[in-house]
Amino acid sequence: MAEFKLKIRRYDPEAGAAPYWDEHTVDLEPHRSVLEGILQARNENDGSIGVRCSCRSAICGSCGVRVNGKPGLACHTHLDDALASAGEDGVIEVEPMGNMPIIKDLIVDMDAVHWKKIQRVTPWLIGKEPVPEREYIVSRESMIDVTQSMACIQCGACVSDCLSMEVDPLFVGPAALAKTYRFVGDPRDAAHEQRLKDLGEDKHGIYDCTHCFKCIEACPKGVAPMNQIMRLRRIAGNDFHIKDRNNGERHEAAFVKNIEKNGILHEADLLPDSYGGKFHPRAVPELISSLPIVMTALLRRKMTPGKALLHPHKAPDGVKRIFEVVEGRDERNEFNLYISGTDANNEGTAEVAEAIETAEPAGVAPDGTEGSSA
Amino acid sequence: MKVAYWPGCVSRGFTAELHGSMAAVAPMLNIELVELDRASCCGAGVIAEHSQELADTLNARTFALAQQEITQGADLMMNICSTCQGAQSECQQRLDASAEYRAQVNETLSDEGLEYQDGIINKNFLWVLVEDIGLDKLKTLVRNPLTDLRVGPFYGCYIVRPTDRLDINRAQPRDEYLGQVIEALGGTVIDYAGSHKCCGFPIITMNKAASLEQAGRHLGDATDADADCLVTPCPLCHLNLDLQQPMAAKQVGRELNMPVLHLPQLVGLALGLSPKELGLQHHIVKPTSVIDWSQAVVGGVGGW
Ligand code: SF4
Ligand code: SF4
Ligand code: SF4
Ligand code: SF4
Ligand code: FES
Repeated sequence: MAEFKLKIRRYDPEAGAAPYWDEHTVDLEPHRSVLEGILQARNENDGSIGVRCSCRSAICGSCGVRVNGKPGLACHTHLDDALASAGEDGVIEVEPMGNMPIIKDLIVDMDAVHWKKIQRVTPWLIGKEPVPEREYIVSRESMIDVTQSMACIQCGACVSDCLSMEVDPLFVGPAALAKTYRFVGDPRDAAHEQRLKDLGEDKHGIYDCTHCFKCIEACPKGVAPMNQIMRLRRIAGNDFHIKDRNNGERHEAAFVKNIEKNGILHEADLLPDSYGGKFHPRAVPELISSLPIVMTALLRRKMTPGKALLHPHKAPDGVKRIFEVVEGRDERNEFNLYISGTDANNEGTAEVAEAIETAEPAGVAPDGTEGSSA
Repeated sequence: MKVAYWPGCVSRGFTAELHGSMAAVAPMLNIELVELDRASCCGAGVIAEHSQELADTLNARTFALAQQEITQGADLMMNICSTCQGAQSECQQRLDASAEYRAQVNETLSDEGLEYQDGIINKNFLWVLVEDIGLDKLKTLVRNPLTDLRVGPFYGCYIVRPTDRLDINRAQPRDEYLGQVIEALGGTVIDYAGSHKCCGFPIITMNKAASLEQAGRHLGDATDADADCLVTPCPLCHLNLDLQQPMAAKQVGRELNMPVLHLPQLVGLALGLSPKELGLQHHIVKPTSVIDWSQAVVGGVGGW
């Protein structure tokens, strides 16, 4: 047994008092979970601590909290690991998740935010017609492809830390979009295009993600929601040519074209092209609104008129060739680490994998899975 | 040391002062820069969003070019952009994971006679400073310690997440390096809410209000924490935090006057270069506090 100090964030909106920190010392084996620590504090010291849990084995998704600022499952975080990531005072901080209203202490209102957003994306299979007499027959690979998004246990950890949602509460968010991929990646579903169109036309849909990796870092199940969002964008843009209301597809196309032409990014063209070209009606107000900045930039000689108008670079032939070959393929060649794993993990024993990892400082770990520190 | 140097695109376009200040600081740190001038943009995550294989192949080409320099004596590949670091590490992770996939990508590169061999070491200048030059060595090179300069770190998402891909762990706390460098240069590290958050740049053309709201909040938080300036290893963050700062101020409805320095500029100030030599006059937000500080230091030296 060992003693651990827990600092729990307390708040009761109904009581009207401000939130405060409450410290408890618990006595448990170091490999026991933070959840058990909280429960011991509740059972032995203060029965009023609000915490939600059920399975205690990382599968029901009800015990999402922030431990030392990082979101995760309280039942899936060992006390010794939590201590190691604690501040210098050696006190483990437990707070409710973010981006959702607090009901009491560590319990947040998942209904008001998380579940509403999940419902928003039609989270069930819309079967293809005609419905076969028996089951739908699909290939094994196509089902493996959606296993990563199926691993979600709806804990809300990703929602808690989403940086787009922090500034835009209407953003559909990582969990709901990962759920969307679960159906867009499923060959039995009949509504791929409608789903993507719906989320492309929603200004707070697939193109509202700011690519911050927070959800990948937060997810205790390796779902990597951001990666699923990027796959949704690829399918929406490349396969269905959906013109979204955020100019996301156009921006992406403009960026890719820019690199194909110049080899390196030519920003002065990118902005107008993202809105459909310098003379596109949508580009004009955009350009005028950025005029004061452009003027200041010119004054400070940050941009020179020459730089803004001329292309100092031309893509080397090698770069052009890569675009030709890859863009000319009939089918997307998309290597998925979650499914394929690494050579080292697939072939070698654990020792071999470890030897390779220690030999190379830039070692690899499968995408979205826990690192070697876990 | 000698490095195969990938300056990125923005550092030769809208933030030319970054490339310039890196070139000015490198010899003082005894870094020889061999520029990879035939390489292409890393794609900044956007090309990967369009086609993973395209991004992987373009970056494999850059790595192969860097490896040619490494066989000729360069120690590693170095970049000066958080986004390059993240986007390139992502591609490298896939390329290094599978010999079969690597062979497919190398097949495309073979037209140019290039081949990527797994395991390249590609580090942002920030990592090179701490891991290869070392903070102790850096301290000995400081001529104008940043005494009384209150600096807020701003990392940029791509250089701090995901932690497993970027090899960030307790033994190698790469997500704390900016603070360590500021301290080694004699400055005061300012702790504020936004240091590891997103500047909003990726959605500037897609949801401008949300994008500027992010930038504005972080700049406001840093102001409230009494920072004199921010420092970032990412030119794209710099675009949203400096170039767009007037718009961000409008968005959040408060005055913001927060200078944002590129990492080599901050290092250069401490190593004795003048704000002008480091291109600080090209910033949109006048780095008045920094210039006042540097004049006080120079003036102080003269006066005593
Ligand atoms: S990557 Fe996108 S979805 Fe994920 S947390 Fe960031 S903004 Fe949210
Ligand atoms: S994606 Fe991961 S973090 Fe998000 S709700 Fe599902 S399991 Fe939780
Ligand atoms: S991240 Fe930026 S600077 Fe780096 S290569 Fe890409 S676009 Fe260019
Ligand atoms: S902070 Fe902004 S520019 Fe910087 S890496 Fe993140 S999204 Fe990119
Ligand atoms: S209690 Fe069920 S996941 Fe933690």
